[in-house]
Amino acid sequence: MSEVITGYYQTQPSIAFSGEGAEKTAIVQCKSIYYKQVNETVRAAIEEGAHRIVLQGINGQRYIGDGIVAKDVTIIVEGVAGQDLAMFMGGATVEVLANAQDGVGNTMDSGEVYIHGHAGDVIGYGMRGGAVYIRDDVGYRVGIHMKEFKSHKPLIVAGGCARDFFGEYMAGGELILLGLDSQGQRSDQPLVGNYIGTGMHGGVIYLRGEIQPFQCGKEVGIFAAEEKDLASIKKHLEKYVELFATDFGSDPAELLEELLSSKWTKLSPTSSRPYGNLYAPL
Amino acid sequence: MKDYTQPEFHVDIDYSKCHKCGRCVGQCGWGVYKFNERPIPDDSKCRACHRCVTFCPAHCITIKKSELAYRENANWEPQTRKNIWRQAATGGVLLTSMGASRPQQSIFDHLVLDACQVTNPSIDPLREPMELRTYLGNAEKGPAIKIETPLTFAPMSYGAVSLNVHKSMAMAASRLGILMNTGEGGLHADLYPYQDNVIVQVASGRFGVDPEYLNRGAAIEIKVGQGAKPGIGGHLPGEKINQEVSVTRMIPQGTDAISPAPHHDIYSIEDLRQLIYSLKEASGYKPVGVKIACVNNVGAIASGVVRAGADYVYLDGFRGGTGAAPAVIRDNVGIPLEIAIAVVDQRLRDEGIRQQASIIAAGSIRSSADLAKAIALGADSCAIGSAALIALGCHLCQGCHTGCCSWGLTTQKPELTRRLDPEEGAQRLVNLVNAWSHELQEILGALGVNAIESLRGSRERLRAVDLDEQTCKILGVKPAGM
Repeated sequence: MSEVITGYYQTQPSIAFSGEGAEKTAIVQCKSIYYKQVNETVRAAIEEGAHRIVLQGINGQRYIGDGIVAKDVTIIVEGVAGQDLAMFMGGATVEVLANAQDGVGNTMDSGEVYIHGHAGDVIGYGMRGGAVYIRDDVGYRVGIHMKEFKSHKPLIVAGGCARDFFGEYMAGGELILLGLDSQGQRSDQPLVGNYIGTGMHGGVIYLRGEIQPFQCGKEVGIFAAEEKDLASIKKHLEKYVELFATDFGSDPAELLEELLSSKWTKLSPTSSRPYGNLYAPL
Repeated sequence: MKDYTQPEFHVDIDYSKCHKCGRCVGQCGWGVYKFNERPIPDDSKCRACHRCVTFCPAHCITIKKSELAYRENANWEPQTRKNIWRQAATGGVLLTSMGASRPQQSIFDHLVLDACQVTNPSIDPLREPMELRTYLGNAEKGPAIKIETPLTFAPMSYGAVSLNVHKSMAMAASRLGILMNTGEGGLHADLYPYQDNVIVQVASGRFGVDPEYLNRGAAIEIKVGQGAKPGIGGHLPGEKINQEVSVTRMIPQGTDAISPAPHHDIYSIEDLRQLIYSLKEASGYKPVGVKIACVNNVGAIASGVVRAGADYVYLDGFRGGTGAAPAVIRDNVGIPLEIAIAVVDQRLRDEGIRQQASIIAAGSIRSSADLAKAIALGADSCAIGSAALIALGCHLCQGCHTGCCSWGLTTQKPELTRRLDPEEGAQRLVNLVNAWSHELQEILGALGVNAIESLRGSRERLRAVDLDEQTCKILGVKPAGM
């Protein structure tokens, strides 16, 4: 079962438990520990009944929360989370008190992820459910091929700006982009890059601001968001300000008001079968 | 617009023998027959799948090739002209299924096996033990996957094929001690009892992938490419996404299931390694294989895949089957499997990493002879998709993409899928694999060895007939007589 990956400094991190029952907390010292041992320790802590796991001294370790299936478990990451944070995760909550690298919420099943900073490329690829809230900017290829099924409906809220291929091949769920800078003000950077929603055949994208049609894939319908649209995403924005307004030193209610009073663009697919007429069957 | 093409087949009914029972009308999935006192065929809809012929109690139906003459022109074959008419009328990409059908040279057919005479006695497998058991995985870390014969079922997704096909393969794999492969379509709950004999696949659409799925399989396979359509993604049409398929794939009913061409989290070998290890982390370090299509640079690609940590490399040759692919890709992209096996095996040996991963070869393994030759060229095991479907009744009419399969294999229509009884299907697959295994033992016996291990990568036991010098050199096989 345990595979030794050579060439890395590998020891078990130290772990300290405190509290009982729903308050049971595990504090794990992860400085210079290889990801495999960190993740083994997280699993062990969940087995031991910890509901709150604090990972201290994280510095780019990969796969934190990968494949973890657990309810009522919160993993606090102190430091920059490495690639594929919360990949395949089912049910847990991960809060990162810094930036995160690429692949946050990759093929994630359920649960919640909060990033107090920026996140990299390929966020939420093939994501099936749960929610990822990112305070600041995200990179390229965010929300590619997110899909929904019945109660599973994925959500990504990115507070800053995004690069190209936002929501490419999107098949379900919601993508929300707020265009704030690191002070919680309207960013002076371009809100989003090109190829937005190329191949989109499900789900919905909300952008705070306006875009040009050339930025979107041809499968995308561009609309000005109406009141009922904003009403439908209000709870997500409330969650965003609840999580991050204090980081900016802003008042949550004021920030929410500012977000809701802005002009929003809604993107939705023109067809659930964009390639239905592409072929001549032999 | 008027369709300029003419029917390819002529449905000939001998009405003097016909019982007028109408069974052909019910059996045909393509809607060829109407019944007006007797069955009246519409030739234009016939695909020559022989379902009606097989079930006609009077044996009065004959499907004939249309005798319609085209003016001879070796350059502009009738099929070429028809394709142009179809595209001129529709503007569409020609869509087809199953493996490449053009008459390209098969290298397997130009390889012959060695046998013992006089100096080194052959072995009779009927009287002496003959080992076919094969281990797949990284030999340095200990065997990861055990199969009782060097053959597995190739990935075919539930959605592309029916649930009864999946059940047949899962039951057969379980009884044979081998593996079936879900393809990219999720794992139906009915297959859970056979999960120890199932490889679960993760492809670019990530359909049906959740933590439970990853934990149920015996191994996980990352699908990067497919021999029938290297470099392009897949579109399972909305018509095939019924309620059950939608549950297994975890997508709404009736929408297209679109698999992007690349995995958007794999743009490099480093990214591939990242995905391999994320899957291992999520599944408690199960074996993870990577399926790639055979393309020009396959040796270097496979080397990267092995270095990325894959436990096996699945090579899918250019004759490999598909449930739907653009004809232009299927018939023109990729390289022969035989070349790819030899090149990859040699490259991994040269680099001293051959023991770190196994090679599974697939893409039109038609017989135990192909299987033996593939192993002699350097494969650890082969996989069969088309051959398994043929065992279940497929007549290679190349209509999988229509979703109307009369044999009930590549369709989701309940009135058609119920035609395959999974129990009987499993028995047919068990019979086929057992028959090939016996033949493989005979081949080994003739070669004077008593374990498949002794044939693996033993190109000295192959000779080429009518292959050019360069091809022989690439294959590492001497011409016959040397």
